[in-house]
Amino acid sequence: MSSQIDRAGIKLGMWLFLYSEIILFGGLFVLYAAYLHRYSEFFAEGGKELDRVIGTINTVVLLVSSFTVAASITAMQRNAKKQTVGFLLFSIGCGIVFLVNKYFEWGAKIHHDIYPNSETLVSGEPGVNIFFGMYYVITGLHGLHVIIGMVLLSISLVFVMTGKITPSRFSMLDNSGLYWHLVDLIWIFVFPLFYLVL
Amino acid sequence: MTATQSFYHTSAPPGLTGIKAWLLTHDHKRLGLMYLGAITFWFVLAMFLGLLLRTELMSQGRTIMNAETYNAFFTLHGVIMIFLFMIPGIPAIFGNFFLPIQLGTDDVFFPRLNLFSWYLFMFGGLFAILSLFAGEGFPDTGWTFYVPFSVGITSNVGLTVTAAFILGMSSMLTGLNFVTTFHRMRDKSMGLMQIPLFTWSLYATAWVQILATPVISITFVLIVLERFLHIGLFDPDKGGDPLLYQHLFWMYSHPAVYVMILPGMGVISEIIPVFSRKSIFGYKAIVWSSMAIAIFGSLVWAHHMFTSGMSDVSVFVFSLITYLVAIPSAVKVFSWVSTMYKGSVEMTPPLLLALIFIYLFSVGGLTGLVLGSAGTNIHVHDTHFVVGHFHFVMFGGTGFAFFAALHFWWPKMFGVMYRFKPAYIGAVLTGVGFFFHYIPMLILGLQGMPRRYYDYLPQYETGNFLAGFGGYLLIIGMMIMFVNLLMSFRQQVPAPVDPWGATTLEWTVPSPPPLHNFIQKPQIEGFPYDFTRVTERFQQSGK
Repeated sequence: MSSQIDRAGIKLGMWLFLYSEIILFGGLFVLYAAYLHRYSEFFAEGGKELDRVIGTINTVVLLVSSFTVAASITAMQRNAKKQTVGFLLFSIGCGIVFLVNKYFEWGAKIHHDIYPNSETLVSGEPGVNIFFGMYYVITGLHGLHVIIGMVLLSISLVFVMTGKITPSRFSMLDNSGLYWHLVDLIWIFVFPLFYLVL
Repeated sequence: MTATQSFYHTSAPPGLTGIKAWLLTHDHKRLGLMYLGAITFWFVLAMFLGLLLRTELMSQGRTIMNAETYNAFFTLHGVIMIFLFMIPGIPAIFGNFFLPIQLGTDDVFFPRLNLFSWYLFMFGGLFAILSLFAGEGFPDTGWTFYVPFSVGITSNVGLTVTAAFILGMSSMLTGLNFVTTFHRMRDKSMGLMQIPLFTWSLYATAWVQILATPVISITFVLIVLERFLHIGLFDPDKGGDPLLYQHLFWMYSHPAVYVMILPGMGVISEIIPVFSRKSIFGYKAIVWSSMAIAIFGSLVWAHHMFTSGMSDVSVFVFSLITYLVAIPSAVKVFSWVSTMYKGSVEMTPPLLLALIFIYLFSVGGLTGLVLGSAGTNIHVHDTHFVVGHFHFVMFGGTGFAFFAALHFWWPKMFGVMYRFKPAYIGAVLTGVGFFFHYIPMLILGLQGMPRRYYDYLPQYETGNFLAGFGGYLLIIGMMIMFVNLLMSFRQQVPAPVDPWGATTLEWTVPSPPPLHNFIQKPQIEGFPYDFTRVTERFQQSGK
């Protein structure tokens, strides 16, 4: 009966989905809060061992990529296909930079025998073990979301290039962009919780 | 292909034939029927598992199975009934089929996502089956998957939990679809207070599904991670706290019982006014109580944990809020009963089942207050009283609402009428069997028999024997109902557009409905439960 595309409806569905993603992380944040209350000094100790420089760089990288994704949507609306493709490629590149940084960060920690069920953590202070346990679970799940976001952006990129996304029909790009902002937003919370905890 | 042809003969997207017309369909009605098939299969399976459990308990010592099998069976019975029957049951079958029609539209907002949800549901079920045969033995943790047992045990908990994760996703996406449909697809002339109550209840349910399901998803992810990586987030030796698992688990699983009961309440709110020929009493009160249940129901999770050693303040607060939830539930019961007062009641199988629902649900609600009060809870915690209470609300409530919905909408879904007499006999047998089955459990619980135990002391034998006896009656009753419904296909008595004298939109379209549901633009009445025209029609036909 209704043959028009209801863009507001599609966006509503996407927002509901994003909301559920936030609740997904919310469960972990609840755990974090409970354990921070119990082990505050160990959390501070653990936080000092994380590399704030890499963390800050990653924050900046994600913030910039969020901007470029938003720019790509505006470019699409203005029918500037080349710009859209450029912005999208740049955003996906930012995602790769983020993951590479994360790889080195995790790698260094694992090299120092700090990973789930490692000798150092198991025989050390329980509070520190919980801190790093939470660190690996939350940043790991976030990393997974970065990958999903990159996949979505890549699909949008392909669609833009093949002409399936047009200035009058760009919900896919729009929603991928929203998803990418979510990935960014969650990191904005994760970053202070682990890197800047006193 | 014409606009009036039933959806069985028209495929969406067009051009599909045979099995493909079902497996690739975007039609909400076909998907509803596909859910009906899958969910009924799971229900019958879990029902017989339950019967085997109660047969084992009918006499002391070993009767038909050993203790390990018993543990595995009660886990399976719980997991299947909860995740594959109760949660998806009414929303996925009747919600999918009737929500768009009641809103005056042709489909849900995301038809392809709807199909995807069905596949997730089937995959979830497949994983559940796989978890039985792959790995080292049946999962035997109970449906609650409590740590540390679920993390330490070698049996195949990981796969079962993954299955529940996928099923949760399916249920959440269905909820998302319903909320979007509700807001964006509703007929333009239908105001919020003109929406049928079944759809309202689905809307409230959908919000709970979206709000709460991700919490259980992450909890299940944590179980799987703990099993593989041994992080120790719930292991006291490594600084973790097992109680936090229980909090996370119930943060979803308590709201989930409202996912199970709210749509059932919606069904009853449809049936009672139709067969009383009288407008529903307190339409707005029912709408608001649905939303209130959805909200308060999300804030009472820790009443499952009164004996876990959490602080007295928490116990007090959670007990108080638990009592508050009883208020909107009772509002509904009063509304239903008041609707019937001075109505011209016509007895039919759906109404009989709805009446049994009201009675059983009330008993379930009252026993819930016994459990919700912190003092008495200590005595009956983890006893058969809990089992009895839970089955009164879930089976006596949702289960009977499911049967009632099946009998109410059967003519619309399949276009055939069933025979009433066997349906009455089946319903009464099920009701009587229900009492024999669950009342002894309440008493056994008060006498101190724990739940989930394989064996018991001699003084509990009479009660357990009676419960088992009732179980058989119950199942015979249900079988009569199911067989009677199936027989309607053979008798082929065609169902008219409106066999009951109902007022909501699904009764204005042919039985079964055409692909786009409405042949012409639906007429939205000022109030969905206005029976003036129905009674006029009956007076003219001299009925």
